[in-house]
Amino acid sequence: MNLYFDTQIVWLFAGVVALLGLAAVVSTILARRPGGPEHAALVENLRARLRSWWIMVAIIFLTIVAGEIFTVILFAIVSFLALREFITMTPTHRGDHRALFWTFFIITPLHYWYVGTHWFGMFAIFIPVYAFLFIPLRSALAGESERYLERTAKIQWGLMVCVYCLSHVPALLMLPIEGYEGENAKLLLFLVLVVQLSDVLQYVFGKTLGRRPIAPRISPNKTWEGFIGGVLTASLLGACLWKITPYTPWQTFGLALLIALMGFAGGLVMSAIKRDRGIKDYGVLLPGHGGMMDRIDSLCFAAPIFFHITRYYFT
Amino acid sequence: MIAESTAVLIRLLCGAQTRWVGAEPLFRRRVYFCNHTSNLDTVVLWAALPPALRRLTRPVAAADYWKRNAFRRYLADKVFHALLIERHKVTTQNNPVNAMLAALDEGASLILFPEGTRHPGPEPRPFKSGLFHLARKRPDTEFFPVYLDNLNRVLPKGELLPVPLLANVAIGAPLRLEPDEDKAAFLERARLAVWALHQP
Repeated sequence: MNLYFDTQIVWLFAGVVALLGLAAVVSTILARRPGGPEHAALVENLRARLRSWWIMVAIIFLTIVAGEIFTVILFAIVSFLALREFITMTPTHRGDHRALFWTFFIITPLHYWYVGTHWFGMFAIFIPVYAFLFIPLRSALAGESERYLERTAKIQWGLMVCVYCLSHVPALLMLPIEGYEGENAKLLLFLVLVVQLSDVLQYVFGKTLGRRPIAPRISPNKTWEGFIGGVLTASLLGACLWKITPYTPWQTFGLALLIALMGFAGGLVMSAIKRDRGIKDYGVLLPGHGGMMDRIDSLCFAAPIFFHITRYYFT
Repeated sequence: MIAESTAVLIRLLCGAQTRWVGAEPLFRRRVYFCNHTSNLDTVVLWAALPPALRRLTRPVAAADYWKRNAFRRYLADKVFHALLIERHKVTTQNNPVNAMLAALDEGASLILFPEGTRHPGPEPRPFKSGLFHLARKRPDTEFFPVYLDNLNRVLPKGELLPVPLLANVAIGAPLRLEPDEDKAAFLERARLAVWALHQP
């Protein structure tokens, strides 16, 4: 097995570990401060989130080092878990059973197989064309017409967000960028890091300065202050990483800004879906964060746009 | 060993989350009674119990289903330690209630599906009378309502292959037979206790 390693990756992870260490110190200080039950609940949630972060960072680091195949498999598993949360909270019908079986066990693995084998053409159209035509057909063959359009649309949307969009993260590894061969793993880390930083910073700015909610009926915690502070800080921090990317500093800033904006959009859209279904979190897989889908919602929107801009202008 | 790894595997497949609502996992002789929508119900509830309780707990299952082939017989006997009962040709010798009473007297807890067979749909159908006879003959036993949610979507009746959705197991506060409660009233109260655990 070839381990993938370079000094920049080591530094990147050292930086992330330092950030988590800093957050651990801050949460300890916050925990010492006296406060009511609300404060205690906030600190407990913060610590649960941090514990989950350590595990997630360790898993990503190990799979990146282990190599491309493992990275693709990791994201395939993440897609599978996210899709499972999505379909669980979507009311599907008895007649969708076979279509769902295909979605989970055939369409999802096959799509990731195209990612792993760098078959770009099939990767790009397999889900939007073949799967999107096949799923309604399979459900129609089951002969159940009750709320048919709604049911198929929901399965398709789940597949789109949880599998197709998310798979653009490992698909970054297949892009042939001149002068950057064999270093694409850092592009993946850049994307994931900026998205997650933006999420965390929007949360921090929102909790400390947040006053004016953006869409109170959809997500009362998303405020203009949190949005502007988080997105700008994450973009600036992203720009500082320009050395690990194939872009110039200004291009890096622009792309980080785009990633952060798309991430915000993803979070808002997935919140709207949760609101529609009357739930707060998609699951309980990641203590403090909720389900898998709660953690990757912003990544799902940022990944495909980042992928296509990079592919269009830089390959 | 085999039983423990089977339980872990089942919990992974169904992502089963267990909520103890007004009940605690204690070592007492108990009867768990649940709604029945899927062939997975028995094994999922069995797998959702803590290992020490699980070893004492015997699912009550249909002999005609579990004795059909050697693999099922092995699972029922060695893994789930099931109490197989006759559903169709019931005589005084093989009366299911007597078998259940005997198992309770040996110290086992039981998992029971009082609807008798699988029904699709969220609301449990009227219960068969076995539960009442158990409650009447062993008044010191606690009867725990259990609602199993989403399993009919994981594996509906008539399907062979499961879809990996997340299941929910809710275990409610125990019931006992009230002094002058008649059969119909007790069975309906038990059914409503199961249905009350349903989260829309």
